[in-house]
Amino acid sequence: MSLTTETTLRVVLYEGANAQPLEADNRLAALTALLEKGFAVTRAVAGGRVAPQPRGSLLVLGQFANGRTPAAEVVSAESPVRFEDITGFDADHIARTAEGVRAETGAAQHGEWKPWFPVIDYDRCTNCMQCLSFCLFGVYGVDQQNRIQAQNHDNCKTNCPACSRVCPEAAIMFPKYKSGPINGDAVQDSDLGKEKMKIDISALLGGDVYSALRQRSDAAKARFSKERDDKKALQERQKCLAKLANAGDIPAEVLMSLPSAQEIMRRAEEAKSKAAAALAAQPK
Amino acid sequence: MTKTTRILYCHCQYAQVLPPEVKAAVLRKLCESGVAFDAVADLCELSARQDPALQRLAEGGAVKIAACFPRAVKWLFHAAQADLPLEGAEVLNMRVQSADEVTAALFNGEVKPNLPRGKATATDAPKAVAAA
Repeated sequence: MSLTTETTLRVVLYEGANAQPLEADNRLAALTALLEKGFAVTRAVAGGRVAPQPRGSLLVLGQFANGRTPAAEVVSAESPVRFEDITGFDADHIARTAEGVRAETGAAQHGEWKPWFPVIDYDRCTNCMQCLSFCLFGVYGVDQQNRIQAQNHDNCKTNCPACSRVCPEAAIMFPKYKSGPINGDAVQDSDLGKEKMKIDISALLGGDVYSALRQRSDAAKARFSKERDDKKALQERQKCLAKLANAGDIPAEVLMSLPSAQEIMRRAEEAKSKAAAALAAQPK
Repeated sequence: MTKTTRILYCHCQYAQVLPPEVKAAVLRKLCESGVAFDAVADLCELSARQDPALQRLAEGGAVKIAACFPRAVKWLFHAAQADLPLEGAEVLNMRVQSADEVTAALFNGEVKPNLPRGKATATDAPKAVAAA
């Protein structure tokens, strides 16, 4: 099941009519515990309304009068609503209750995937397809109008911002990145200069980082076969990877997990073909 | 604040990019207040899931969002097919603003729309925390 079709469980902390509000400290502890488990929580107060949960279940927690949980007025098979009385529960107990309901309903488990993926700023994007051409992991694709989009978020390599480095417009953000403009901070003219410089660095490495990797890898292989020296081959690879990691700010573990040179070639060709097809389909 | 202004708080659970003391203080103030609000573990995750909750928030009128950079928040919502209203969304940036600044803006009566329009420039950047 994909990220966009998985069902989710949303929690409502109900403090409206017929429910005893939580003490502020208990509310904070409960909210914190639920958020740390990955839940989205709506705090509902008197007079407020809670919207239904179209793709999943709703868990309503409250200190209900006399411990009696109210009957749901509208419950559909598509968005079931469940009430739990939390009178006397501490924060851990509340979080465990929510976790139990999540498991029971088969809703998405949070925390298994760090949400790291490219977010495109379409105010800046020129649809040049460099990112699609560059990414070897199939994160990018195009929509029906041949507009670039991030499609396979969970293919993205955690902490790798390399595609944002090749974007000539600094249009690709990773909101969890450490610094701007990749983290979403405003783009300065000097940032555009930096991006260009990084592309030049990759050119110095031999056209692009992947062809550099290929060439280095082939050279190391040749040396290995001639000299039968494991240590030298490893040193060569490490030297190359360190250089590439610096150039593209690519985590070493991502580079170390790259497939064979042949597979890199195949994927690079595939990505380039997809980009070329999308560009060709754009209105002139 | 108008009665219909909603509040969304992002806990940025899966990264250590928000100063922990800032997000803890903002969440505490929210919990001490009498207001209704939505809190999400991680806005990025909701965006990747195209969670319908983001659509509801985007379509429901004025909203104040305590999260990170306005440019990132704008396009995270867009990626979830839930474009925020340019005239009715104010993003408070817990990466660079102090907890006091964020909570003051969350609870004041005015929505100050600050989503970037067109190419974001240095002038769109939120002000840095004032030196003590």
